[in-house]
Amino acid sequence: MILQLAVLLGFLAAGELVVWATGIPVQSSIIGMILLAVSLKIKLVRLEWIDRIADFLVKNLGFFFVPAGVGVMKCFGLISEQWMPIVVASVLSTFVIIAVTGWAHQLTRHALSSSHKKHGHGISGE
Amino acid sequence: MEFLENKYFLLALTFGVFLSAKILQKRTGVAVLNPILVSICVIICFLTFTGVDYDTYNEGGQYIDFWLKPAIVALGVPLYQQLESIRKQFVPILVSGFAGCVAGIVSVVGIAEFLGATKEVVLSLASKSVTTPIAMEVTAAIGGIPSLSAAVVVCTGIFGGMAGFRMMKISRVKSPIAQGLSMGTAAHAVGTSAAMDVGYRYGAFSSLGLIVNGLLTALLTPFILDLIGYQV
Repeated sequence: MILQLAVLLGFLAAGELVVWATGIPVQSSIIGMILLAVSLKIKLVRLEWIDRIADFLVKNLGFFFVPAGVGVMKCFGLISEQWMPIVVASVLSTFVIIAVTGWAHQLTRHALSSSHKKHGHGISGE
Repeated sequence: MEFLENKYFLLALTFGVFLSAKILQKRTGVAVLNPILVSICVIICFLTFTGVDYDTYNEGGQYIDFWLKPAIVALGVPLYQQLESIRKQFVPILVSGFAGCVAGIVSVVGIAEFLGATKEVVLSLASKSVTTPIAMEVTAAIGGIPSLSAAVVVCTGIFGGMAGFRMMKISRVKSPIAQGLSMGTAAHAVGTSAAMDVGYRYGAFSSLGLIVNGLLTALLTPFILDLIGYQV
């Protein structure tokens, strides 16, 4: 487990280092995630060095949001004044994002694969 | 009563409440009894009832908060396992992430403004679909209220995680990859955890949606707000 934690926190630290050194406006954790995926791919890191801790954290991701969620009580005043726009806008916008993202993916993929197929046929026809 | 302010007690309480909420959902199978939502409500009730304030609670809670960042790094593992399909679908992923990011910001800002929310509230909602730390930074940068963003982000995540797959059914988002992506784009890590429950592949693409939308939101929010005529 120590090895697993060392690797995981090492990648987070690497993310922090990148942010500190370049000043880019991106979270260190996101950079750490990308670096980890790349390092696994180029076999700099072996899956069995990280799999158990990653499995535990990924499976219980929601739990780590509980204290932040309890923080909602700090802005009860503001929320009770404007709950309607906040709730309606967030709910509708969530629906919009799901529909738009999903359809953008399905349509682009369809467009690309059908043009790819035509192209492929052309080559095999020759 | 002072014992109630002990941080180890509050920490143990948080674990205990979440564990009970998880068992409750397993036993009843009711989707609304989302363990995250139930835990948050129970703990808020407990704090209100006992008069312990949030900052005191967070002396224990911060140790759980701390693991948010390592947990996001850990999403690199499912991401790695899907690298092959990501490479094949690079363009659709980028296009859908961009479309979702723009549609999300424009819709939430437009609707909130239309319904009469004040400017600082509207600005705090812009980043509601990305993971908490990113959302709070974006909000601070554009002049909203970061703690409000944190609250809205968590609620959006819980809502998206609970209702997301039903919304996909209604809007006919069918392919597993598109479903994973839209979950991560709309409901960040909480949605990703719901997608993980459906399958590892859904979870991996959901992490990808989370990354793409997180990056794009961090980079584009000020420009998008400017483009739709919202002066930051």
